[in-house]
Amino acid sequence: MKIVINVLESIAGIEIYPIISLLIFFLFFILVTVLVFKTSDSEIEEMSRLPLDKDNDHSVDPNSTF
Amino acid sequence: MELQKFTYDNKLSNMFLWATVIWGIVGMLVGLTAAFELIFPHMSGNIPWLVYSRLRPLHTNAAIFAFVGNGIFTAVYYSTPRLLKTPMYSKLLGNIHFWGWQLIIVSAALTLPFGFTQSKEYAELIWPIDVMVVLIWVVFGLNLIMTLVNRRVKHIYVTIWFYIATWVTIAVLYITNNLALPTSFTHSYPIYAGIQDALVQWWYGHNAVAFFLTTPVLGMMYYFIPKAANRPIYSYKLSIIHFWALIFLYIWAGPHHLLYSALPDWAQALGVVFSVMLIAPSWGGMINGLLTLRGAWDKVREDPVLKMFVVAVTAYGMATFEGPMLSLKTVNALSHFSDWTIAHVHIGTLGWNSMMNFGVIYWLVPRLFKTKLWSTKLANVHFWIATLGMLFFSIPLYFAGFTQALMWKQFTAEGFLAYPNFLETVTQILPMYYLRAFGGSLYIIGALMFVYNVVKTAKSGSFVRFETDEAPAKETPKAKEGWHRRLEGRPLQFTVAALVVILIGGLIEIVPMYLVKTNIPTITAVMPYTPLELEGRDIYIREGCYLCHSQMIRPFRSETERYGEYTKAGETVYDHPFLFGSKRTGPDLAREGVKTLPNYKPDLWHYNHMLNPQKVSPESIMPSYPWLAENEIDYSHVPGRINAMIKLGVPYVEGYADQAVADMNAQAGQIAAGLQANGVQVDKNKEIIALIAYLQRLGTDVYKNK
Repeated sequence: MKIVINVLESIAGIEIYPIISLLIFFLFFILVTVLVFKTSDSEIEEMSRLPLDKDNDHSVDPNSTF
Repeated sequence: MELQKFTYDNKLSNMFLWATVIWGIVGMLVGLTAAFELIFPHMSGNIPWLVYSRLRPLHTNAAIFAFVGNGIFTAVYYSTPRLLKTPMYSKLLGNIHFWGWQLIIVSAALTLPFGFTQSKEYAELIWPIDVMVVLIWVVFGLNLIMTLVNRRVKHIYVTIWFYIATWVTIAVLYITNNLALPTSFTHSYPIYAGIQDALVQWWYGHNAVAFFLTTPVLGMMYYFIPKAANRPIYSYKLSIIHFWALIFLYIWAGPHHLLYSALPDWAQALGVVFSVMLIAPSWGGMINGLLTLRGAWDKVREDPVLKMFVVAVTAYGMATFEGPMLSLKTVNALSHFSDWTIAHVHIGTLGWNSMMNFGVIYWLVPRLFKTKLWSTKLANVHFWIATLGMLFFSIPLYFAGFTQALMWKQFTAEGFLAYPNFLETVTQILPMYYLRAFGGSLYIIGALMFVYNVVKTAKSGSFVRFETDEAPAKETPKAKEGWHRRLEGRPLQFTVAALVVILIGGLIEIVPMYLVKTNIPTITAVMPYTPLELEGRDIYIREGCYLCHSQMIRPFRSETERYGEYTKAGETVYDHPFLFGSKRTGPDLAREGVKTLPNYKPDLWHYNHMLNPQKVSPESIMPSYPWLAENEIDYSHVPGRINAMIKLGVPYVEGYADQAVADMNAQAGQIAAGLQANGVQVDKNKEIIALIAYLQRLGTDVYKNK
């Protein structure tokens, strides 16, 4: 562990790393949001219906969970 | 396109389901026992492995890893093949996962009550069990990722992302937090010390909540609410944004467990900011779950499954609003170390986690056994009794938390502590502890109804092991497809992306903490423990003293008046592991050994108190530890432990291990002689002598020159 500490300590300007991390996150978040809104509604609709595929639903009574 | 036929094997899901049911009851019963032990401190009958401080870790571990854990795996093995249109990759890996996980749980039950513990909350399991956890986790991950590779669907549904994020993050957290240097098969010291150890532990501790109790359960929510309500999730777009934001933000929030502690301010501030930001994605999830039921409230009125889900998601919303509030420094100043925290986490476990488990199992058992639920009425009764039980559990504890914390901080007009005797603040809230035990009892009665109902349901049908399905063969993703589609198309890359996302948050917190010299000002007066004190410290850990006694005085006048000088980071540099604690059921002990402080107690007091606390303070709720005066100190492991400390950087002189036992004998002889002079017949080789040596050392270093 001491080795890790020594290595990290010797990196010049290590304080900047957290700020870079924060920026990466922020930009990533913006990117995700933009891309999500650019995705077509039909594709979103298709994805959201994945659990409901009737073919593999073996409900005793399809209209009720009981 | 050609349709391929394949079968789902329900065996593993069914096995995990019954494991969930059994361990759920066990975990809750252990918790209830602990709740009663707080009201009746002699309930354990002086049996060491039944004492509160040894049962409490068993309760938390059973609730988290056995009850919620098995529930998650039930859902994973049921939903993953159905969402990916392929059977699980390997039955063998699945079986190893199941039996390995149960073996881990049994090993935990056979070690924690017997004092084999690492003392870090929710990471108490000793290192051989940790190794087992890692191996089983790898088996689980391999099975999950290979199933993803084999899938026949174009898109990976959001549930699966939550499962992947869970797998990746828990692997990173668990390994990082459990890095330790073994001294024997059952004992180890963590490689981190003091404040660093605390930071790593709460980075883990908070993310165990995030990635074991939240993300996989959100995965369950996104699959089973649409299934039970027979309609798609309210907003799939919201689920994508909320997923990435959640896993990104959660990983940074850990330091909010260490506010006002010796942790550097920048790290505390970081924890607060990210905790507050977490409201957004958490509520995104809650809203998404609840709004899925819009227009289906008539169904909610009748269907106990949906009712359970509604309460679960609502409790999730409450807990994830309360969490950020608790992370605000002003609120935390009051809430931390009090029963408020216990109330908060039980909204999460009794509300969110347990209700999700109940709902999923009520939904699943009739389907796995091709029948109807034995009694919808009984399930409805269970729903009400569980909801009431949760409220009876939590509301009194909120009240107890506010009351006690305010009493701790109360000053008289003359400027003295209004309640200088800690015990006064305990007796004040004792009625709330009775109510908590009542609420817990209600909850368990409900859970027993649940067991009866699902067993009856299973018996009324017959187990459907295999189900056939068909789907078109897998397509290869095209280059010109959407970004997320392409990412989804490559499960390994997706896993790596999730890993990178959580590592960024992890590194920002952990990396700078390694820079000891700049973050932890050294204090020259702070010396390593003597071998006897170290032995006493290991006994303190074994008995779980840290579960009720903190060792972290915060910089408030109400605390420095009561306990002495606030705790400095530099005082903890030889503490492998740290023992800050997170709850004050009893007073803080960080400066227990300082003779000039109001809390100081002589050796004789400690001796009598440990044997029978009620003899010394009749109203105390502390259990007795009479075996400490009977057990002999084990000198054989001392040199090994000293050598381990030297390896970890504690500055004992080279070769000190050979001299340690002689030094121990000398120090123990002095303490025993002092006790004998006061009329106590005690042998210097008894464990209680080591524990007294440790308690009398606590916090004294910085007072040496005063």
